[in-house]
Amino acid sequence: MIGLSHYLTVAAILFTLGVLGIFINRKNVIVILMSIELILLAVNINFVAFSTHLNDITGQVFALFVLTVAAAEAAIGLAILVVFFRNRGSIAVEDISMMKG
Amino acid sequence: MTAAAAFFYLFAGLTIASGFMVIASRNPIASVLFLILAFVNAAGLFVLMGAEFLAMILVVVYVGAVAVLFLFVVMMLDVDFAQLRQGFQQYLPVGAMIGAVFLIELLLVVGSWTIDPGLVQAPLGNVAAGEHTSNTVILGRVLYTEYVYFFQIAGLILLVAMIGAIVLTLRDRPGVKRQNIALQNARTQGDAVETRKVPSRQGVEV
Repeated sequence: MIGLSHYLTVAAILFTLGVLGIFINRKNVIVILMSIELILLAVNINFVAFSTHLNDITGQVFALFVLTVAAAEAAIGLAILVVFFRNRGSIAVEDISMMKG
Repeated sequence: MTAAAAFFYLFAGLTIASGFMVIASRNPIASVLFLILAFVNAAGLFVLMGAEFLAMILVVVYVGAVAVLFLFVVMMLDVDFAQLRQGFQQYLPVGAMIGAVFLIELLLVVGSWTIDPGLVQAPLGNVAAGEHTSNTVILGRVLYTEYVYFFQIAGLILLVAMIGAIVLTLRDRPGVKRQNIALQNARTQGDAVETRKVPSRQGVEV
């Protein structure tokens, strides 16, 4: 029988893959953005799993909002990436140091 | 093994495998395509859990919009991706170590932790999944009543993101000739045509 813990395990593995992707692809902003999408997907799986397990729709509502924010974040992030590439001709993370922050 | 369990293992395995390929693939276009595969399989998991509406939204929003946006950007940028992968091996050990520790911690939490059974019997929300109402109906009932302000804010976030993306990427190039319709409409015959008397054998100065 597939229960809550199965889904939580899948989400945990997916979340870890996302974090790992940020660590090992430290130079490529596009892959980092994709890793963030993976992390948000894992969070959504958690929300929906708890929602159906607890028989409470609120988790799915929240997952919907997470989806919205993820879409907005991807759009803005990619727009910034395109503008940065237009100005500097590179998308390597270490080149993003103009503000000396 | 029942069909549901078989499908769970199929979808879960494919999600995790394609999630791994997203971060491990050499070619970023392959990464994006594996991301799409991961989203589709996650939508399958959502269907198995009984959240059909979110599953379809996941397919529409992620596969139809976000992943295609990624694909556009990856194909538009003229970047040497092989050069960006330098240091992959260098970061791999510490990344793998952190990932392993993280995964073990998460699985320990998942394994050693139970939910109060009383909580499952008495749902916190006002709507429980009934026999005759679909998931979409239930979600809509709550979303447009109890969470209507959050819904509006979500719409506002999308609007701001849209405006922001347009403002960021819009550029006006100097020296590009454009059609000015108002100017064209304001032209009269007096502006455009000049009537001259042409003397014989002398012509007109242009």
